[in-house]
Amino acid sequence: MMTELFVDAARVARKDLLIEWRTRVTINQVIPLGLLIEVVFAFAFDANRSLLEQGAPGLFWVGVLFAGTLVVQRSFTVEGPDGITDALRLSGFRPGAMFLGKAAAIFVELVVLEVALLVGVVVLFDVGLSDPLLLVATTVIGTAGFALTGAIYGALSLGVRVRETLLPLLLIPVVAPILLGGSRALEAAFGISTQPGWNWVGLLTVITGVYAAIGLVAFGPLMEES
Amino acid sequence: MRVAAAGVDRLRGFMAPVIDFEDTVVLLGRFPALAGLTMSVDPGHIVLLRGSNGAGKTTFLRTCAGLLPVSQGRARVLGFDMTVSRREVRPHIGLLGHGSQLYDDLTVADNLAFWGGAVGADSADQRAALEAMEVSPRLWNISVQKLSAGQRRRVAIAVLVARRPRLWLLDEPHAGLDRRGRDLLDGLLGAAAAAGATVVFASHELDRAEVVADTVVDIGGGRTLAATSLPRGTAGEGTGPDDD
Repeated sequence: MMTELFVDAARVARKDLLIEWRTRVTINQVIPLGLLIEVVFAFAFDANRSLLEQGAPGLFWVGVLFAGTLVVQRSFTVEGPDGITDALRLSGFRPGAMFLGKAAAIFVELVVLEVALLVGVVVLFDVGLSDPLLLVATTVIGTAGFALTGAIYGALSLGVRVRETLLPLLLIPVVAPILLGGSRALEAAFGISTQPGWNWVGLLTVITGVYAAIGLVAFGPLMEES
Repeated sequence: MRVAAAGVDRLRGFMAPVIDFEDTVVLLGRFPALAGLTMSVDPGHIVLLRGSNGAGKTTFLRTCAGLLPVSQGRARVLGFDMTVSRREVRPHIGLLGHGSQLYDDLTVADNLAFWGGAVGADSADQRAALEAMEVSPRLWNISVQKLSAGQRRRVAIAVLVARRPRLWLLDEPHAGLDRRGRDLLDGLLGAAAAAGATVVFASHELDRAEVVADTVVDIGGGRTLAATSLPRGTAGEGTGPDDD
């Protein structure tokens, strides 16, 4: 039963990643947008480099949030047209498998985005790295939380005509705790703050777990209503 | 009205109906798109739904697929009570609507692998389905968005074939197909019914549809108006209008 769930989830994730590979939307549009956000911040705070360095963790997550919203939007835009939503309902995939599959594909695309944004942070904001393990744990768990939340709200906005504008309005406030916890943990990882970062990683883990549980329960009804 | 035409294999009379609706009401918002429809279809039939625009044909097909909730009355499809377990019937259904239900950015083969794989169709099944609809192998690795409307329709039908549904629900299935494509589709529907599947389709192309179907059900105002048995056996001979 669980094996089938993960096999189906892998099938859905593979399909989404294949679509991304064929269209290159994340690589050609989303990553440049994320880097552009960082460049804009670098120009805006150029006069005060220490402020830029101190704000680097938050600015990193702001870039992830805005550019990542496009990744989520794109992930569900491909499910809308030509009767595909109906076909998914009839497909035989369990809603939980669809949820995990969509979230997994979003996660992979966000990780690619974040690698580019981290390079941007180091180059543009003059940030050093003091705890690589904390950096990896924060970004992986925070990204998983964002991807799971995105999959829930992407499904919620699936049948809405104005989803392009509605999704950011719904998603960004909900992932604000990830922005907060992720920023605090990265401050420690970058050596900007002496506060322990792992407590925030714990918070991110709880948030991620809660959204995983909500998504597994709610994705089916959300797909029905879309 | 019971669709169990004369001349149908006697064994089928002992089987439970594939579709069994009695005074079924389905609301679209507040509008009763099905307003007390009663219909029973036995296995192995090819049923043509006939009716004007807004008669309730598409709503009936979508209700049978478990995509719309039943508000009142009795409704069973493939033995599933649609008032309580309409999701369970879905993997056994093949629904072809107005859209192609294909991912534009994936290739023909990718689409077959994804949709067919969901119900366990292996690569041989997928290849056989494409060959059955005479989708040229040179198109298999082309993205769907580059196909013509007719080719997309053929691929969409191939997906249904690969999924081997027990109940085929088709809304204007001949639309967009050339004459050869229509002949192939008619042949597939006949073969599916002969293998024990049940086919229900809505069409306005009556000359061709009435050749394929063994039963015609007239629908109007969300109700069944009449059911008529037809002789079967001329499907696939290309008697429909030539619109190549």
